[in-house]
Amino acid sequence: MSNVPSDLRYAKSHEWVKLAGDGTATVGITDYAQNSLGDITYVQMPKPGATLTAGQVFGVVESVKAASDLYAPVGGTVIETNPVLESAPETVNQHPYEGGWMLKLKLSNPAEAAALNDAAAYGKLIS
Amino acid sequence: MSDLKRTPLRDFHAAHGGRLVDFAGWEMPVQYRSILEEHKAVRRTAGLFDVSHMGEVDVRGPQAGAFLNYLVTNDVAKLHPGRVLYSPMCYPSGGVVDDLLVYMHGPEDYFLCINAGNIDKDLAWIHQQAAAFKVTVTDRSADYAQLAVQGPKAAAIVQSLTGAKLATVKYYHFVEGTVAGVHCLISRTGYTGEDGFELYHAAGDATELAAALLKAGQPHGMELAGLGARDSLRLEAGYPLYGHEITQDISPLTAGLGWTVKLDKGADFIGRDALVAEKQNGAKQKIVFFKTGDRRIVRAETPVLGPDGAVVGRVVSGTLSPVLNEAIGSALVTTAAAAQPLAVDIRGARLNLHLVKPPFVELKKSS
Repeated sequence: MSNVPSDLRYAKSHEWVKLAGDGTATVGITDYAQNSLGDITYVQMPKPGATLTAGQVFGVVESVKAASDLYAPVGGTVIETNPVLESAPETVNQHPYEGGWMLKLKLSNPAEAAALNDAAAYGKLIS
Repeated sequence: MSDLKRTPLRDFHAAHGGRLVDFAGWEMPVQYRSILEEHKAVRRTAGLFDVSHMGEVDVRGPQAGAFLNYLVTNDVAKLHPGRVLYSPMCYPSGGVVDDLLVYMHGPEDYFLCINAGNIDKDLAWIHQQAAAFKVTVTDRSADYAQLAVQGPKAAAIVQSLTGAKLATVKYYHFVEGTVAGVHCLISRTGYTGEDGFELYHAAGDATELAAALLKAGQPHGMELAGLGARDSLRLEAGYPLYGHEITQDISPLTAGLGWTVKLDKGADFIGRDALVAEKQNGAKQKIVFFKTGDRRIVRAETPVLGPDGAVVGRVVSGTLSPVLNEAIGSALVTTAAAAQPLAVDIRGARLNLHLVKPPFVELKKSS
């Protein structure tokens, strides 16, 4: 049912990470997560420059139904947050892996991502 | 969800992508495609809701009218056959047992529509109060299904399936007739603030009627709508929901429903003494409606803060208005605080509440 792209790594808390290969990464939430939340109405994000450790709460995603914490799947420094989500948070519902990305991070330890699930393992987790 | 009660349309919802959840013990669709999109469809064109979980009660007998006028706060004596009345039903304390619709078929024949989550409680209460009257009270909840077609295109959609002249059925009136060959009580009422109809019919006919309405509605842009949109639509219209704006501890006067409490209707009714006293002494608390200018939803139970930061009340309903694109809600606050600036704290951000006299959006309803 849910789309789980093969080129991403996944946290059990339903965030995805895309490694750029240059020590930076993009973070968002999965198709499964956006579908479970329903209509997303607000995304609260950290400020650029904030330092996150893996597993730390970095923001909140709100839907009509509930507000849920967002967890950093890997540690790093926030380079950029997605400006589109301020006025159009529903982009996360529409394009969770592309236009609905949330953070760009400069990784503090690029090896951390290896501990996350690959697409097959995450697919099993949500099935 | 095997312990949940199901309406006759449970499989219809599943087949049409409805996301089924537990609502007051019923397995009901909270949404099909998107709560926000379904909400906007009802404001723009039309939505089709299954509200078969609602309860229905027949009240018949020589004293049916007198009994109902004692049972509820609004004036049942004002009804005539074919009219519908909205009313709270109160405890002697003035708190609310439930809010309901009273349909008058004839002087000895009335029909009630009550909230799904209150059916057992209401029936016990109504039977208890009926003991001193020559009336027969019959639970018909399992016999009836109910579909609501709501929105500016509702009349055109329902009219395309019935010979009944809907132009002659005014707001809060009803007729009996067939819709798509199904016998219905066709009621020009609703819970969205839009024009529309609530169609009561035999439970066994529900799937057939739903399919016919969906087919007739699609060319008009009608969408299936779930309970999520039903809740945001009613809050945008400023309508109370039992358990939120009215409860056994929140009287209709506190809730701003004074227009439904007819203290001078010339007949005693349950809760009258308490409501007279509340009116004379002034309510200690009141329900207010607010918007924030911000998209963060202010959810039920959020504390409401006065100018000095002290807690002066709590939020009872909150959502995002899909039309205004900002958070809207209602709160129970002390009467003194209601005249002062109010705020809430959402995850460390202080948001001011801008009080609004509902509806939050312009509504057209019916002629």
